Amino acid sequence: MKHRLLFTGKKLIRMALLLLGVSLVAFLLMSASPLDPLKTNVGQAALGSMSQEQIAKLEDYWGVNDPPVERYLGWLGDFVRGDMGTSLLYRQPVSQVIGQRLQNSLWLMAFAWVISGVLGLTLGVIAGANRGKLADKLIRGYCWLISSTPAFWLALVLLVVFSVWLGLFPIGLSVPIGADAADVTLTDRLYHAFLPALTLSITGVANIAMHTREKMADIMDRDYVLFARARGESTRSIVLRHGLRNVALPAITLQFASISEIFGGSVLVEQVFSYPGLGQAAVNAGLGSDLPLLLGITVVSAAIVFLGNLMADLLYGVVDPRIRRGAART
Amino acid sequence: MEPILEVRNLSISFTQYGRGTRQVLLPVIRDLSLAVAPGQVVAVVGSSGSGKSLLAHGILGILPYNSHMAGEISFLGQPLTPRRAAAVRGKEIVLVPQGVTYLDPLMKVGPQLRKGRRDQSARTASRAVLERYGLGADTEERYPFELSGGMARRVLIATAAAETPRLVIVDEPTPGLDARAARRVLGHFRELADGGAGVLLITHDLELALTIAHRVAVFYAGETVEEADAADFAAGRLRHPYTRALWDALPQNGFIPISGAQPGPGEVGEGCPFASRCPKGRPECMGPVAYRELDGGLVRCLYPEGGEQP
Repeated sequence: MKHRLLFTGKKLIRMALLLLGVSLVAFLLMSASPLDPLKTNVGQAALGSMSQEQIAKLEDYWGVNDPPVERYLGWLGDFVRGDMGTSLLYRQPVSQVIGQRLQNSLWLMAFAWVISGVLGLTLGVIAGANRGKLADKLIRGYCWLISSTPAFWLALVLLVVFSVWLGLFPIGLSVPIGADAADVTLTDRLYHAFLPALTLSITGVANIAMHTREKMADIMDRDYVLFARARGESTRSIVLRHGLRNVALPAITLQFASISEIFGGSVLVEQVFSYPGLGQAAVNAGLGSDLPLLLGITVVSAAIVFLGNLMADLLYGVVDPRIRRGAART
Repeated sequence: MEPILEVRNLSISFTQYGRGTRQVLLPVIRDLSLAVAPGQVVAVVGSSGSGKSLLAHGILGILPYNSHMAGEISFLGQPLTPRRAAAVRGKEIVLVPQGVTYLDPLMKVGPQLRKGRRDQSARTASRAVLERYGLGADTEERYPFELSGGMARRVLIATAAAETPRLVIVDEPTPGLDARAARRVLGHFRELADGGAGVLLITHDLELALTIAHRVAVFYAGETVEEADAADFAAGRLRHPYTRALWDALPQNGFIPISGAQPGPGEVGEGCPFASRCPKGRPECMGPVAYRELDGGLVRCLYPEGGEQP
């Protein structure tokens, strides 16, 4: 137990350093961006009709003339004290924007995470256990096809087929247009999240299935599988008793590592479906030079991905007897 | 007495890709014959890379998919077809593999012994068989990584003894064990043979094999070159020059090495694979050499030791 607490403590220190690094890089990239916040947010025409005073006021609002070091240190100081600042675009506290957006995205990402994990694991195990046979070829073909398909393109195809042609699903947003917030039901939310989540799931499956297949094929070549066969166990029994047990550890790593991919995918997919999630907010913040919001989203998403990997590491200690019992001894 | 296992002219080859997409058939076992009678320990002795383990996999019908097997195997007088092999393996024919890597690293010993059965009789049986090999009840709760080398070996033997085998195939049971532990492990196999089962002991260690074997088949570059009674070795009644060389290479018999190396799969022509290293090799040895009876044994040599000229 002490061992595991120490491990977690070390990991959390590492996370703090990582977040510091990530925020710094995001800030530097933003400072190096050629986009002029005034031109993009106010517009060329509007700027032309403004007085110097008004422009100076706007420049002050967007922080154009402040030295970068000062801006970053200012943001960092507030952040450490728990204040993520105010979004320049949404004119709301960043924490509030992220909170709302994250709630929307979480539906989508959790759905995609579970579906792609379960489906990817199943397909990967089937393909790996039947290496070289028809099932394996079909699954691999599917994975290659999907891997080489950009997520946003797939999103567009699904949108065209299911929303435009068949009219089964809404063409965008997370709730019905014009509905009162109080009237929005859970069904409405799921109905709107379905297509974006499906897109994320389909693209996520390929990666997980292919990696699981490699692990499974590797396991099927192991001595203990050969011996199980020599002891008269059927392929079914070997896959269920030995295959799943041994593929569980790499599957945990894969499953938690896929959080980052789903996060990345959601940025594109939310954009296509006009789904007001965290990904869309990140794009808006980036293009609109909304520094506090962008840094906030960057740090929060990095923390989620890191915590996902930390969970995988901790679960390893619970699942793998070599770590669990090995650590208990020392 | 009818032999439990009879292998005649067995060959095993692998399909491999050569240059480009050309497929090559790589013969690993080319001509192997042997028989195991009830209560008998037959050792197959050969150096590393001679294809010994594949013999075990071939009999059990668990060769990889890119392999091809020809020849005859009969078990209890009936041909051992792939279907029959699948039905009897793990029950009437059991394998004792080389080491702890043959146990599932994430499953406790008990469930592995019981092969997924959970009933009380299976529990009693697994407890009893562990006890038979001096392993306590706590062994069932251990994972393979918690076993010592000797314990792992005994657990592997227990997997075989938990069934009621007619034939026990033992693949390299002694590496990593000191001489005393190795002798004790081999003693367990002799017990199984004394109980009426046939034991096929596959090993590279001639000296240890001779401590329990009744018959010894010597294996070289994919062929059985000689089959002899264990007593023939000490009595000097050896037939094949390779067997003689193997015997003379033992420390207590002079530690005499011979030059050259065993040809690998695909490097052997039609003739005797030992011809190039043989002190008595002649041009005729490059032609076909029959496996024939001689003095109560079998030999594949044109000019065997102590044999008449053909």
